[in-house]
Amino acid sequence: MATKRTIEVELSTTGLGADGKPQRIPLVSGDTGGLALQAPPALEPELEGEHMLINIGPQHPATHGVLRLVLELDGETVVRCIPHIGYLHCGFEKIGEYRQYNQIIPWTDRDDYLNCIGNNIAFAMGAEKLFGIEITPRCTVLRVVGMELSRIASHLVWMGTTGIDIGAFTPFLWSFQERENIYNLFEGWVGARLTTSASRVGGMAADIPDGWLDGLKAFVRTFPKTLSECDRMLTRNSIWVGRTVGLGVMNPEEALNYGLSGPMLRASGVDYDLRKDFPYLDYETYDFEVPVGVHGDVYDRYLVRMEEMRQSVRIIEQAIARLPDGPVNVDDPRVILPPKHKATSEMESMIHHFKNVMEGPRPAIGESYVAVEAPKGEKGYYMVSDGTAKPVRWRIRPPSFVNLSAIPKMVEGHLLSDVIAINASIDIVMGEIDR
Amino acid sequence: MSGFTVIEAGTAPGLPTPATPKNVPHRGGDANPSAEALKAQFGAAIARVDVVWGETNVTIDSARALDIVRWLHDDPSQSYEYLSDVTAVEFRDRGMPIEMIWHLRSIKYRRFLRLKAPLATGQPLKISSVWSVYKSADWLERECYDMFGIVFEGHPDLRRILLWEQYAEGFPLRKDFPLRGRFSRAEQLRQALAANPEARYSMEELSIADAFQELPLDMRARIRGGESTGE
Amino acid sequence: MGLIQAPTPSVVSVDPVNSEGWITTRLDFLVNWGRANSLWPMPFGTACCAIEFMATAASKFDLARFGMERMGYSPRQADVLICAGRVPYKLAPVLRRIWQQMSQPKWAISMGACASTGGMFDNYAVVQGIDTIIPIDVYVPGCPPRPEALIHAIMMLQKKVMKDRMSDTAAREEMEPDPTSQLYIPPSLINTLSEQFGNSIPQTRSGQ
Repeated sequence: MATKRTIEVELSTTGLGADGKPQRIPLVSGDTGGLALQAPPALEPELEGEHMLINIGPQHPATHGVLRLVLELDGETVVRCIPHIGYLHCGFEKIGEYRQYNQIIPWTDRDDYLNCIGNNIAFAMGAEKLFGIEITPRCTVLRVVGMELSRIASHLVWMGTTGIDIGAFTPFLWSFQERENIYNLFEGWVGARLTTSASRVGGMAADIPDGWLDGLKAFVRTFPKTLSECDRMLTRNSIWVGRTVGLGVMNPEEALNYGLSGPMLRASGVDYDLRKDFPYLDYETYDFEVPVGVHGDVYDRYLVRMEEMRQSVRIIEQAIARLPDGPVNVDDPRVILPPKHKATSEMESMIHHFKNVMEGPRPAIGESYVAVEAPKGEKGYYMVSDGTAKPVRWRIRPPSFVNLSAIPKMVEGHLLSDVIAINASIDIVMGEIDR
Repeated sequence: MSGFTVIEAGTAPGLPTPATPKNVPHRGGDANPSAEALKAQFGAAIARVDVVWGETNVTIDSARALDIVRWLHDDPSQSYEYLSDVTAVEFRDRGMPIEMIWHLRSIKYRRFLRLKAPLATGQPLKISSVWSVYKSADWLERECYDMFGIVFEGHPDLRRILLWEQYAEGFPLRKDFPLRGRFSRAEQLRQALAANPEARYSMEELSIADAFQELPLDMRARIRGGESTGE
Repeated sequence: MGLIQAPTPSVVSVDPVNSEGWITTRLDFLVNWGRANSLWPMPFGTACCAIEFMATAASKFDLARFGMERMGYSPRQADVLICAGRVPYKLAPVLRRIWQQMSQPKWAISMGACASTGGMFDNYAVVQGIDTIIPIDVYVPGCPPRPEALIHAIMMLQKKVMKDRMSDTAAREEMEPDPTSQLYIPPSLINTLSEQFGNSIPQTRSGQ
């Protein structure tokens, strides 16, 4: 039986078409029904059989979280991919309207939970913009250190889990061992391994303790060796190369139009990095390179991320060299709590402490959007203030959300096992996608 | 293997070297040159231009949104190749309209622009979709619909994306939606557990649809009556 | 399928001759020892706790010494469901179905504050404790719990497994929820369990 049927499944939404009827998505299309989905290519017309629907997820070891992919397969080849997300939707943006600015910082840990300090700092930058605060030089350099350590940590998870997806187990153990070293550094600085809540409006939760810099220097010395070991294991490995080259190609114009960012965009040949083009935290004064791939496939994304880790080490070394002394928090009583000994002895400080804790710092009426180069791409926090202590709107611009929306385009025509590799190369984190 | 030609950022001539913004004033400051170009091109459709904390906000007429966005994308002197975000803001003051927000970036000119369009709250919330210009608007607009109930005309597949399609409590980010939802916890749990996790799409749906005519009569009646198979 | 079975209170006979004989106690010990030291986990990892779970499975904290390095991603082949991370309402039917697909004997660990009580997500989207969906054996507090905390929970579970007795048939009986309500526990109790705790007025007030 080599016929294709069109089966239309009615959607239970208010999405009405031009004729006033509910919009339908044809499940197996013989004609070009629906605007979003093009007719699948007839791969081998004389052997056409029925297409098969495979459901991957939401509980699945290789989807990097609770992602559900419904694949329509012609044999082993993917004809169409329909992703379903929302299985980790936890109402972040709604809760942001019910919390003071400093209270939102623990939530920024949990949206992209692989880049916790990076998110904390990005949010604090946005809030400081709303308050019109300039942070201290020491804080600026420490924030760069935090962001780059976080970038290395995130790329290490990516490398380990992508390795497992493609079949290489050992890099997972090596990358998590390096992550333990980074966790020790984070724990020494702010007290938490993963969900750090490291920044505050106007500064950081704490200054680095004595001896922390020695730990950081030791990490910077030993980490490149592990990275080269992983490199030796994977980069010229024929299995790795065979499973990643030529998959999921996006050309530069498509990549820009689909809103890709981060290593996904750079691997497709667009030399765009927020640290270079819209700099923040004095990144223009650091000497580092941005790797750009030209093939836009999974292998190039792998190479871009490996090189980014090396460049992050370079940035950290420069930051260590230039770390100035001084306070880490800005001296602004509107936002920063007074030192404890003053809060318990001076009336003024006690009142400031009370107001900042009970009511929370209140910025001027306005809005701010701060976008940083997170390991996943352009991570933005948009907050609108109406003069009260809690924002009117807190929007997280999630890079993985927009990157993942391109997956139907990327997997069409590939094999089922390639879907896993392509999904791994996007480096998604569902906490950020679903919020 | 030949590769793509690399697209560089900031290729327009005469651009300043990028630097971290410092001491940005609350209001005032240099506006994005695109604001003037928009005023020249669209005249009355540009309601106002504000520069807040160094960011240029252009408030536009919501009926002309698609034209303006398309012009910003297509015109070579503007060249906004990248749509960063589509979202909406509802204010606590119920008298104010809901603001639709678009964040656009120009890679060639290294510019960032925010477009705002007010949507009056008394009537159904509708605005044209920019999917035909930027494919990244696909999921971003679906999320906006899911959270606010704004219908995007011209969007190919406007369904809920973060919540399940039969979600009955409303649109969460509206200000009249309570933080803990409208139903009791037991009721929310009951509705959530009644949802079919394999809906849209499963082999079961397909095969039942195919084979329905060949099933025995009583089985057809039972399935029509809503009896489910499996666990 | 779909039949309501009210839980019949089983009587565990403590007849020292029949149920606590020398052979049955040795057999109990052997079976429990085997089960406790090779609990294959089903990592239902959703969010940040899943990362700490992966760190626990990695070399520094090493779940392999507990016999748990073999992750049972298929529920048919897993013993203990470790729910690591927040569970929104959209994921609730999936979790319920995975639990039902696991075969007895099975246990569940609720890892982290979000899985145990809803955690910091006291809002419209998150299940306020997965014990409203599936029965839990061990709760692990923390956000996320340190690997040592998870290991402590696993050791607590191992102690619980060692206390299992084959003669106690009620322990492995699975109660089916009422299909009309879908709930294991009555709605009033669910509402009481999910109520806001303490002085939470500032938490649910927007604006000022």
